Amino acid sequence: MQLDDLYRRVIMDHYKNPRNRGTLDDETLTINLNNPTCGDRISLQLQVEEGIVKKAKFTGEGCSISMSSASMMTEAVTGKTVDEALGMADKFSTLVKGGDVEFEELEDIEALSGVSKFPARIKCATLSWNALRKGIEHHKEQK
Amino acid sequence: MNIKAIREQFPILHQEINGHPLVYLDSAATSQKPRSVIDAVNRYYELDNANVHRGVHTLGSRATDAYEGAREKVAAFLNAASTQEIIFTRGTTTALNLVASSYAREACGEGDEIVITQMEHHSNLIPWQQVAKATGATLKYIPLQEDGSISLEDAEKTITDRTKMVSITYVSNVLGVINPIKEISAIAHRHGAKIAVDGAQSTPHMKVDVQDLDCDFYAFSGHKMCAPTGIGALYGKKALLEAMEPIEFGGEMIDFVDLYESTWKELPWKFEGGTPIIAGAVGLGAAIDFLLEVGMDEITKHEQTLAAYAYDRLSTIDGITIYGPEKDRTGLVTFNLDEVHPHDVATVLDTKGVAVRAGHHCCQPLMRWLDVSATARASFYIYNTEEDVDRLLDALHQTKEFFGYAIG
Repeated sequence: MQLDDLYRRVIMDHYKNPRNRGTLDDETLTINLNNPTCGDRISLQLQVEEGIVKKAKFTGEGCSISMSSASMMTEAVTGKTVDEALGMADKFSTLVKGGDVEFEELEDIEALSGVSKFPARIKCATLSWNALRKGIEHHKEQK
Repeated sequence: MNIKAIREQFPILHQEINGHPLVYLDSAATSQKPRSVIDAVNRYYELDNANVHRGVHTLGSRATDAYEGAREKVAAFLNAASTQEIIFTRGTTTALNLVASSYAREACGEGDEIVITQMEHHSNLIPWQQVAKATGATLKYIPLQEDGSISLEDAEKTITDRTKMVSITYVSNVLGVINPIKEISAIAHRHGAKIAVDGAQSTPHMKVDVQDLDCDFYAFSGHKMCAPTGIGALYGKKALLEAMEPIEFGGEMIDFVDLYESTWKELPWKFEGGTPIIAGAVGLGAAIDFLLEVGMDEITKHEQTLAAYAYDRLSTIDGITIYGPEKDRTGLVTFNLDEVHPHDVATVLDTKGVAVRAGHHCCQPLMRWLDVSATARASFYIYNTEEDVDRLLDALHQTKEFFGYAIG
């Protein structure tokens, strides 16, 4: 188990300089999600119009893995259709379980593949993606 | 106390984790088990296993003797007046829920008060929220001092003639604070209230005398004191237990069953519906033997020395915050490093073979009071050494270095 497998430079960059951290004035969806086992929490805001994620921002508290993952996720799904975003969430689940997938949408995300060697940290990485999934499912139900 | 000889008795400690000798600093979550406990459980299954209180056959008698023998050990360990006052449970959570669901729901009504503190573990907080909601009673908190301890003046102010129930932890699993239970018992009783004590973090580490504390209920878990998981006990004063209704109904707990009415066994069995955790009780008995052989006062002394050493050493790290009082604390140190989230700390420590807990420690209201989302915690037991603390310190320095570099 090597620390560098988990904490790659690109992850630490997203942790230190998170993209899309903050709140939206014109959000259409807000999803609050906790990881009850460790206390991490995220509030994800999406602006979805005509099936497209126009904007995504987040606030929250958590470790470097959960916060960098949220930063990458919001960057990756902006401009994508909700179905494309859901597909990416599925792909991300495969990635952190050790599956071989590519993220042409945002290569940074592939740096999180090291999480698969740290089973206790998989939930940190998937928190924001689960919030996204929940938000989109809610959006679809509303329609 | 010969630590080396004690460590020899814990097989799990002698292994490498991620290429380093294991340093186990998470005993407040669960302790490791000595050979004598593991053997007692195995021996029970290999030689004596049968159901209790029903078999006419020899194994049935042996199993019953082993189970009831463990109850005698628990009663003596807590200095209870009688074995009838010891109810085996799954652990502290189940024991506290029994008090809340049986005693408190009967005793509390609209306008009554239940008093707890903000340092409580969720298992000594949510049951009381639920009782308050069900009965219309008000849940009140004894406020915390700046260092996380509570003052008797505040206890005096919070507990009133309308208080029916006080429930408080003996030792905080986050702050290491030891609460003045005996004094708070006296205050509660002066107002006609009953007091329950969460003994999860005290029973493994110090001599407990329920009669001296004069508490009405006392709950603890075996797995934090060298026994297996799934076994614990509730102590209750006999007169109170006699008057309480069971909350689980079924086999083992009945006296006479008719089509529409049934009656219960006498204490303590009326609260032990279903086949109990017999091997767990046997393991708990063996754990008590083990702890008594080491000596509870010796254990307390050893852990407090270690905690003081850890407090001093960890205080030398730049950018560390240590929570809880500096003095009069039990064997645990809860802390955070600036700029590094506790999960990241725990992951780095794990790669160095050092096991600590990171998270909210089942104390979300206390985390909010501390104004943090999570903390890291190193907790000690009889098998830990100063060398373990030194390994923790080295690993924390490496963590700082790694993140200093990684974050830039």
